[in-house]
Amino acid sequence: MKFENFGIGMLKGMAVTILHLFRHASVSQYPEQRLNISRRSRGNELVWSRERCTGCATCAKACPQGAIEIVTATDMAENKYKVETYRVDTGYCIQCGLCVEACPYDAVFLGYSYERARYRRAELVQSNDELLESPQRPVSGYFHPDIAEKLPKQTLLIEKVVEKRK
Amino acid sequence: MSGGELIINTPLAMQVTPADWPGGYWWHWLFFTVAIIVFMLVMVIGAIYIERRAMGKMQSRIGPNRTGPFGLLQPVADAIKVLLKENIVPGTADKIVHFLAPIVAFTPVLMIFAVIPFQNGALLADLNIGILYVVAVSSIATVGVFMAGWGSGNKYSLLGAMRDIAAVVSYEIPLVLAIIGVVIVSGSLSMNEIVTSQDIPYILVQPLGFLLFFIAACAEINRSPFDLTEADSELTAGFHTEYSGMKFAMFYLVEYAEAMAMSAVITTLFLSGWRGPWLPPWLWFIIKTVIVFFVMVWTRTTLPRVRIDQLMGLAWKFVLPLALINLFITAIEVIFWPDVSQWFFVIVNIALAAILVILFSKLFKPGWGRVEV
Amino acid sequence: MTTTQELTLKTEPFVLNMGPLHPSTHGVYRMRVTLDGEVVLDIEPIFGYLHRGIEKLMEERTYTGCIPLTDRLDYASAMSNNFSYCLAVEKLGGIKVPERAEYIRVITAELQRIANHCLAIGAMLNDAGALGTPFFYLWRQREKIYDLFEMLCGQRVLYNYMRIGGVSQDLPDEFLPAVKKFIPQLRHFIDEYEFFLKQNEILIARAKGVGILSKELATNYGISGPVARASGIRWDLRKNDPYSVYDRFEFDIPTRENGDCYDRYRVRMEEMKQSLRIVEQSVKQVPGGPFRTEVNQVIRPPAGEAYAHIEGPKGELGYYIVSDNSIAPYRSHIRSTSLINLGALRQMVKGWKVADLILIFGSIDITMGEVDR
Repeated sequence: MKFENFGIGMLKGMAVTILHLFRHASVSQYPEQRLNISRRSRGNELVWSRERCTGCATCAKACPQGAIEIVTATDMAENKYKVETYRVDTGYCIQCGLCVEACPYDAVFLGYSYERARYRRAELVQSNDELLESPQRPVSGYFHPDIAEKLPKQTLLIEKVVEKRK
Repeated sequence: MSGGELIINTPLAMQVTPADWPGGYWWHWLFFTVAIIVFMLVMVIGAIYIERRAMGKMQSRIGPNRTGPFGLLQPVADAIKVLLKENIVPGTADKIVHFLAPIVAFTPVLMIFAVIPFQNGALLADLNIGILYVVAVSSIATVGVFMAGWGSGNKYSLLGAMRDIAAVVSYEIPLVLAIIGVVIVSGSLSMNEIVTSQDIPYILVQPLGFLLFFIAACAEINRSPFDLTEADSELTAGFHTEYSGMKFAMFYLVEYAEAMAMSAVITTLFLSGWRGPWLPPWLWFIIKTVIVFFVMVWTRTTLPRVRIDQLMGLAWKFVLPLALINLFITAIEVIFWPDVSQWFFVIVNIALAAILVILFSKLFKPGWGRVEV
Repeated sequence: MTTTQELTLKTEPFVLNMGPLHPSTHGVYRMRVTLDGEVVLDIEPIFGYLHRGIEKLMEERTYTGCIPLTDRLDYASAMSNNFSYCLAVEKLGGIKVPERAEYIRVITAELQRIANHCLAIGAMLNDAGALGTPFFYLWRQREKIYDLFEMLCGQRVLYNYMRIGGVSQDLPDEFLPAVKKFIPQLRHFIDEYEFFLKQNEILIARAKGVGILSKELATNYGISGPVARASGIRWDLRKNDPYSVYDRFEFDIPTRENGDCYDRYRVRMEEMKQSLRIVEQSVKQVPGGPFRTEVNQVIRPPAGEAYAHIEGPKGELGYYIVSDNSIAPYRSHIRSTSLINLGALRQMVKGWKVADLILIFGSIDITMGEVDR
């Protein structure tokens, strides 16, 4: 080991470290403090709108994983396909958002959440009414700019240091 | 007192129990034994806590803060977790050696505290040869490490343990030479005498000695940046891999206890022990020990690890010559100018230390790492 | 290749398996190392533990549906994979990309380069033994970039942002002000980081002169990226074969002469600064307009083949796509940087010690997702 700089390099390093002791740590105390995720977040679940869906299955064709399964019946009462089953295997889904992009009727949304773990794989397969929007399943603004405007702004690390724990 | 004469060691001069201690010899012994054990365990728990919190803060995160208020019970949680683990002994292990190794590694560290003064005259045994006792006993812990490496029956543990021993043996000599500098200035080997003769803390009178002792101490106790044997266990497993449960807890304890013991020794030798205004002396001692330990944590956080051949090169080519020169200079100062005020020597020594470090940095040849075949 | 040295003791090299689960954070890579004591004589790399058959999977998905797959190749820097793939398909189909999309692509690609170098330098220093401190500091900057990308496309690591013919969504209103706020923060951080680590003696001792890759060897193996630039090869696709709108910006290509680990670290730090310059210039010049040409979701390019390459953060990343006028690629081959760069590891490592082996492997910056595909 050559002390080219007489050990000054190490002392400089130590000065930087001790300076960090007095700065605020860049962590937040989850779950007491939750940061706002992006307004265009591609969350862990799919939300479907029964009124707008016509059963065209463009989303199923666009999905690279083949996670969407649609069964329709030709009950043309309101001049629409009657969608009997709309099943999504959320375990297969990679949250790429290509289905949201593909839907011509804006009937598919990605969720705004990230805490959707389940204990059994079978519970990840959701169909029909489980996929509707509800207060527990908010939608995000991915490819839906009108929804994105209403969601809260994202917390950026650039903007602020995380608040101190209360 | 400017050191000029060494105290002659005669049996009549050995005073183990102070004359005014109530209850006599056995009560003194019992009180201090219990006090030392409790002190050491509490300090180790404090050390683990300080290390994790301070290191976390310096890395711009916070350390553990969920177990107990401010995370104070985290070391307790660690201890309970480790106690609940199964105690596995490998089949090819040497059973007796494997069992005894943690004990042999741990006991000497506890024994070091017997001669460290918490207050004026308040130590378990005021030996006239205090510092010599410390050096001798701290080397026994290495035997424990070697027993662990051999007793595991794992060739990688053995390699790791041998590396560790090579490092410790190399750094013993500069350690002792730095201590002798202090002994010459203070004129006595007894720890209590060393503290009482420090009107100026010896960190100022022996700056080079302090630096060398700190480096050698960090290397002895395998602390970063010299923690090859425990974190270079990427490849060759360290000597304590085959240990689980309480035995592993002993090794873990040994690491922090050694750090605390070395901090305590540095405090008594260089930072004038328990001396200080206003607060009770034992509180000053604890504060100074914690500060020295914090400096060790600070270096651990900042510096990357050195390689084994760089470690040995540093020992033999940098630290040892400087320690010899330091001893030489101190001896000359003490012999030829015994009556000059110590402040003069402070200035001279600091200047010489700076010059020597710069000179040696220029002359020290790097030990590249390539094997010369 | 085993050699025995005729010393007084007869020694024999032994083979050690550094298994797929690595202590350093580079993925599942296995090496069988032939050691002579502590010195590495030879290594035998075994990879393929992360093979997912991505090239075959791409034959079963539409061109747009392949984009999420390409994210998962070099998962540490996903935007560059998207970029290269979209360039290849656009070349195949003769699709023109509007100006605004080109600028957005450049901004995201350069931000991704900064993020990737943060990870690479941090992981290398972590391997060197600094217990995570430089890693944590750099990771904070990478988190800031994650936040920016999350604002754009909703995900933090695997973006699926670029599409054939442009990008998938327009920049939100807060994006450009946030980037403008980020640039001086990162500059200040890089200055502080260089102060922290550039002259650190232990890092210099560990990394300087270690793992030298000569210029001839690098050219023969086809190394590209920061590894090649550290060996003295002035080759950067952004200048030598400009794609997208890179010819409108002014930036330098940092090169160094020696080709050791320290130079690779310095080249990456300098590249971060240059990327920041590009981001600054492009943020000022972003025009308005459409962000995507109107292309179907399921496209059928005419039959033929195309190869497009970009200067990814690790080196030259290329896609070779053959189409037969159907909705999915007929065959796609990925010229992945990490696989080609890994080829030189064997020559770089001979004669160094085990601790150096890990540091050298960390300095090449490999992501196993790319190597195994």
